[in-house]
Amino acid sequence: MSDNLHQLTLKKAIEIASKQSAQPILKTLTERIKVLNPRINAFLRFDPEKIFLPSPAPYPLPLSGVPISIKDNICIQGRQTTCASKILAGHVSPYDATVIEKLKNAGAAIFGQCNMDEFAFGSSSETSAFGIVRNPWDLERVPGGSSGGSAAAVAADMAIAALGSDTGGSIRQPASFCGVVGLKPTYGRVSRYGLIAFGSSFDQIGSITKTVEDSAILLNVLAGHDHRDSTSANEPVPDYTQALKRDVRGLKIGLPAEYFVNGLDPEVAKSVQAAAETFKKLGAEIKSVSLPHTQYAVAVYYIVAVAEASSNLGRFDGVEYGLRVPAKDLREMYFETRDQGFGQEAKRRILLGTFVLSAGYYEAYYLKGQKVRTLIRQDFERAFKEADLLLCPTAPTAAFKIGEKMEDPLAMYLSDIFTIPVNLAGIPAISIPCGFTSSNLPIGMQLMARPFDEETLFRAAFTFEQESELYKRKPNL
Amino acid sequence: MDYEPVIGLEVHVQLGTRSKLFCACSTEFGSEPNKNTCPVCLGWPGSLPVLNEEALKFAIKVGLALSCEVSSRLKFDRKNYFYPDLPKAYQISQYDMPVNKGGFLLVEVKTPEGGMPEKKIGITRAHLEEDAGKLLHEGIKDGSLVDYNRAGMPLLEIVSEPDLRSPEEAYAYLVSLKAILQYLEVSDCNMEEGSLRCDANISVRKKGETQFGTRAEIKNMNSFKAVQKAAQYEIERQINVLENHERVIQETRLWNEMKGQTFSMRSKEEAHDYRYFPEPDLVPFTISRETVEAIRQTLPELPAGRAKRFMKDYALSQYDAFVLVQEKNLGDYYEDCLKEKGNAKLVSNWIQSELLALLNAYKVSIEKSPVKPKDLAGLVRLIENNTISGKMAKDVLPAMFETGQSAEAIVKEKGLEQVSDTKQIEAIADRVIQANPKVADDFRTGKKQALGFLVGQIMKESKGKANPQLANQILEQKLK
Repeated sequence: MSDNLHQLTLKKAIEIASKQSAQPILKTLTERIKVLNPRINAFLRFDPEKIFLPSPAPYPLPLSGVPISIKDNICIQGRQTTCASKILAGHVSPYDATVIEKLKNAGAAIFGQCNMDEFAFGSSSETSAFGIVRNPWDLERVPGGSSGGSAAAVAADMAIAALGSDTGGSIRQPASFCGVVGLKPTYGRVSRYGLIAFGSSFDQIGSITKTVEDSAILLNVLAGHDHRDSTSANEPVPDYTQALKRDVRGLKIGLPAEYFVNGLDPEVAKSVQAAAETFKKLGAEIKSVSLPHTQYAVAVYYIVAVAEASSNLGRFDGVEYGLRVPAKDLREMYFETRDQGFGQEAKRRILLGTFVLSAGYYEAYYLKGQKVRTLIRQDFERAFKEADLLLCPTAPTAAFKIGEKMEDPLAMYLSDIFTIPVNLAGIPAISIPCGFTSSNLPIGMQLMARPFDEETLFRAAFTFEQESELYKRKPNL
Repeated sequence: MDYEPVIGLEVHVQLGTRSKLFCACSTEFGSEPNKNTCPVCLGWPGSLPVLNEEALKFAIKVGLALSCEVSSRLKFDRKNYFYPDLPKAYQISQYDMPVNKGGFLLVEVKTPEGGMPEKKIGITRAHLEEDAGKLLHEGIKDGSLVDYNRAGMPLLEIVSEPDLRSPEEAYAYLVSLKAILQYLEVSDCNMEEGSLRCDANISVRKKGETQFGTRAEIKNMNSFKAVQKAAQYEIERQINVLENHERVIQETRLWNEMKGQTFSMRSKEEAHDYRYFPEPDLVPFTISRETVEAIRQTLPELPAGRAKRFMKDYALSQYDAFVLVQEKNLGDYYEDCLKEKGNAKLVSNWIQSELLALLNAYKVSIEKSPVKPKDLAGLVRLIENNTISGKMAKDVLPAMFETGQSAEAIVKEKGLEQVSDTKQIEAIADRVIQANPKVADDFRTGKKQALGFLVGQIMKESKGKANPQLANQILEQKLK
């Protein structure tokens, strides 16, 4: 039994830990990480001596000491939090993000910090300043990004579950590439306090788990209003595990016509179509819907999100924290620090964002971008009058080869073409495995729901998962 | 050639809330460097701002007092620029939707003719924003240090229309504005501690011209008088430039108090592009009309209203009323004197002519005056009931100021009671007439001025104690 502890789902791990102890699970995972991480590089930092163990409580806590791994852009008090950037190397956060506080209060062990694209800028985890992450299903391929470390860790059974963040697909796309479950909650569902910002009006913390049930268990802990985050929603938090019913009868599931077009890998298309058939067979109604402004989503995203990013990253200036490159005067210090501290993609986005906010360009880019964003949100509002959920591929392809898109930013940006609209609209979405390619790479499908209707997402995702049993397949490591 | 100056003022007022604008840190002045800081006001990665509602309430109060339109929607923007005192590399401010816009302030300036006409100065906007930290250079080798205690302090930036036409008007505007802010109790307006700062936009144009000239923005003035002096200097400088057939450059200039001059800091070409955009961390929200009306109900009596009341109820002149209300504590002091049954007109005179001079000389503020309102009222009563003369009272007041004693106590101690005993004065009058037969004759033959001399002699002989009116009457009678 103890040999397989690393394979436990969160649900099972809690069961075992609450009866005995989480220690054997921690030990098994530690051993596994020691063996696998040098090959996969999913963890930036992992010091078994420095795990935050929950303090003993006189009553059972929901997570019972089970370890949760954290993407390295979520602040943990007294720990380095670097966003996989040289500019924050060695930066120790003086406080806990709200989600970390919540995990600790729920009795989780805070267990290892996951690699990612630098500042979450990327779709392959190749922009990390501390080495690329490899996909457990094929070490020559990327795990997706930016939460590639979190997804790879869960897929490789180096973590029971992990937190990620999703600005344009950064949880769902790597979940899809790694064959695990990735949830991006509604914007405002989970507090952003302590998440190092990329695109503040898009960013949302979510989970990467082995099963849909685990996703619901974690959202129960993470969701809720936070007085420290003005954008967090004061909406009631249901018990999400109650939504896990194996029943989709009567659900209306829309297939957005604009998502099944050229450029979509035929194997991916086939797999998602088959999933739609499964839903139909199980009693859901499948219909075609239209999201007419989809074609503008990526462009708008790369205007508005980078505008916010350029401003959010201004604070990394060598003055208060992080890297400072000494120079002859203040100006030079700014130049040198930011030149040496930021990687290529970060610089690209800062420049782009600075440009679109500049006097004379603001109206043409940022303001117009915001208007189109409203149109895209309205697309979804209309679609959700006809359907309870929307179903589409999470990404146009399965995991691509390492290096394949690094020289072609546009191709890289397009790998988020199906996930970006969700962030533009602020709605919740989940990626779950729906099949495998002929070369044994996971394919993910994305379900999207109305704002704050994570329950319907869970219900449909759970039903499909139980039916397909794809979660039982593991990479050969 | 006759020129007309055009001046607009930007005033930054630090709102006197207990905590900062977007976090719970204390706003206490004078704490040790970086004591009043947290991840939010230090701009640590991952931290987020949350609006201090008290600051919003204060801002709306000011807006209402300045007859502004209070926005129905509250929205913040980011103003992006790099400077070490700005922890996030952006300042959270309000760009295109200020909380208050379109108001006015009535300003009174003494004219050479002696009048004090009211002038309406437009208020363009008054918006909320956070303050930056402070660089410390003194005594530090190889660099500077930053104190972030001030970072995130709530500021209200009040921008006037370019309606001011002289340095005196600019000064008067600041005095009136400060008075309003103090009456609203939203700021201590302490310029030395930086809780009130002022920049001036100044241009000149030929009289009769309708277009504005090119303006310079003047910064670094540390008092209202400095604003007036800097404006005076800058106006003359610009006129000189134009008279030399050169062009005024749009630029930012710094006032140097020591040299009494302004110096160029940066030109428009070097000006920042602040890349304003809506602050995504603070969701815009609606300010309900009910909220605004509820705040309106809490507005206290303001200086202008109080001055009108003083003129009406106490028959004060416009100027006297103006002086008394400009500082809230002075107006309060005045009204406290009246509660002690002091004569309204006399008390006003005694405060303005004598007490303020003493306070100035000893550099004491009115609320710390050693002469309490009941004592000043007591002094005025002694004058009114002829216990002492006004002249004597001028010696009594400084003694009260120095000792903190009441007027009665000092008068008794020094034996200064006025002599109003007719017989005593008649006896002195007889002696004076006898000693000055020539002067007495002069009066009898119609030289009215001669009486003053004789009264003076009576005062002298009585060591100033004789009641002058009585001395007058008795002399007139005796010399009929």
